[in-house]
Amino acid sequence: MRWANRAFKDRNRTIYTLLIIGALLFPSFSDVTTGGSGNHLVSTAADAGVYVLLAIGLNVVVGFAGLLDLGYAAFFAIGAYSYALLASSQLSGSPLHVEFHLPFWVMLLVAMFVAASFGAILGAPTLRLRGDYLAIVTLGFGEIVPRIFRFLGAGSPIGNWTGGVNGISAIDPPKLPAFVSGPWFGVGTPIRVVSPFDFSDSNWSPMDYYWLVLILVAVCIVLVTNLHNSRIGRAWMAVREDEVAAAASGINTVAIKLLAFAIGASFAGFAGCYYGAKLSLVSSENFEFVVSVSILIMVVLGGMGNIPGVILGALTIFFVQFFVLTNLPDYAVAAANAVGLGFLNNSGGTWVGLHDEVQRLNYIVFGGILVGVMLLRPQGLFPSKIREQELEKGTAEEAVFDIREATD
Amino acid sequence: MTDTKPPAKTILSVERVTKRFGGLTAIDDVSFDIITGEIFALIGPNGAGKTTMFNTITGLYKPTAGTIRFQDQDITGLKPYKIAARGIARTFQQIRLFAYMSALDNVLIGEHPRMHAKLWDAIFKTGKARREEAAVTDRANELLDFVGIRQQAHNYARNLPYGHQRRLEIARALANSPKLLLLDEPAAGANPQEKRDLMALVEKIRAQGITVLLIEHDMKVVMGISERIVVLDYGEKIAEGKPQEVRSDARVIEAYLGKSA
Repeated sequence: MRWANRAFKDRNRTIYTLLIIGALLFPSFSDVTTGGSGNHLVSTAADAGVYVLLAIGLNVVVGFAGLLDLGYAAFFAIGAYSYALLASSQLSGSPLHVEFHLPFWVMLLVAMFVAASFGAILGAPTLRLRGDYLAIVTLGFGEIVPRIFRFLGAGSPIGNWTGGVNGISAIDPPKLPAFVSGPWFGVGTPIRVVSPFDFSDSNWSPMDYYWLVLILVAVCIVLVTNLHNSRIGRAWMAVREDEVAAAASGINTVAIKLLAFAIGASFAGFAGCYYGAKLSLVSSENFEFVVSVSILIMVVLGGMGNIPGVILGALTIFFVQFFVLTNLPDYAVAAANAVGLGFLNNSGGTWVGLHDEVQRLNYIVFGGILVGVMLLRPQGLFPSKIREQELEKGTAEEAVFDIREATD
Repeated sequence: MTDTKPPAKTILSVERVTKRFGGLTAIDDVSFDIITGEIFALIGPNGAGKTTMFNTITGLYKPTAGTIRFQDQDITGLKPYKIAARGIARTFQQIRLFAYMSALDNVLIGEHPRMHAKLWDAIFKTGKARREEAAVTDRANELLDFVGIRQQAHNYARNLPYGHQRRLEIARALANSPKLLLLDEPAAGANPQEKRDLMALVEKIRAQGITVLLIEHDMKVVMGISERIVVLDYGEKIAEGKPQEVRSDARVIEAYLGKSA
């Protein structure tokens, strides 16, 4: 067992090492592969970082404490809107008639706190319920929150707060009083002190956002790993394993679940704040149910409970969703042309052309990939050692036993 | 007066407790007192309400009527974790360990309510949290030693042999630093030798100054070890007293052996 433990730790260390190397080399890699115009790839990678943050946060709720949260995107929305409202001109058009331009760095903490508070408010009445009920309540919450943001636009009975369907745009970018620019923002960027330093400046954007999200992710990994190995992380595990025994051992199960919920939400708030700042635009349609499901898939497919696994899950799903699936129609067209089936690209009758037909099939392909992965690795790509044992030992032992009993 | 023996002090008193589930009365107006430092046994045939009594004392059930006092304070209807924090720990008849946590982690959960590391300490792994972790880990290892399964510290609870799981549950309960320990059939499923070993462990626990309330099915086991016994049958208390008294009680014999015997 000690041996297994070490092997497990070694595997996680390997994953972390590869992730760090990959993250550091990615900008150069994307520049080389695209012939010097890797900015788009870097920007997409920074967006992937947001999903990594979200997956790490949801993993606290689902993986550590064993609570099923189907409305996690709501907290993401709350974080993003918190920043958008307090760091743009949006509120000047509201009944308040004042606008706030609070600094991004302060708002990171505020957004975390606001999202955590909503997590606590939602959790307090519902965490007394058992699993399925919680899932349904969070599902409802996830549906309600984007709708409220959409509703509170121009023409709502209490005035225009959130810009409605248009969302909030022209959100302040993060700023620093001074920073040193240099080759880390792209080959040929001169080394000099820039004051003030504006993140949205095209001289270094999106490279600066990329490094920023890396730092945020790294900080979150360290903190959440500490938490996992602490007395609180242990209590989460206990509650997940056996709530009655945990309560009888002196754990306040409702409080500890609430804490998991609030901390999970705070990560989403954190990610939302960064997301709003980078995109400079938030809109309710970015926080629909699909987003909650995507994050949940990242956690489950990556390996619930194991932080490096969840990170890889997030990166994999992000890559599939935003790269493979979006480019799939073009690949299909290119492939058809290459093998002399170019006529498929023409539309006629009910056939709308290969490109659009493939696009229609996007979610079927996505679903197929998910089903395939779960069949091949039901425990996730890189599961925690607990899940690994649970699935491998549990099912194998019972199945063998059942067969023997039936044939005796 | 030359008699210097201190007066016997009650640690737990169950006063006229009734527990009904719908139309079924699982415990019917039962009262008894447990004296500090004794080994007290709750016996009775299957379905007599012994485990229900345990669940009621530890807060998993709220009694329909009656009062439970622990160290002169009313604990009736308190939440389980609050009762545990006051110093009542328990084991379960059907073992309830945290299956996918190591034996050591299982015991560390018992330490949880007495630890002081706050969220801040946990997130930033402060010196305070580290020192506390080290201290409770030492103590947890001692407890594993005490119950005799130190060698299993790093194995998953589910992979332990049955007898060791029973002992691990006791270690987890002891980690709660209880004043009163409730053991629900600790010797169930054990062979005679294991039963003797377990009873020796119970004696050892009592020697540490912990009062023990024991549920047991096997009369022989109980008779040898407990100072006083309460016998339940169909939720009612039918006898109370020293083992010899209880053993010769007509109603007890009837409950255990049937009317015709």
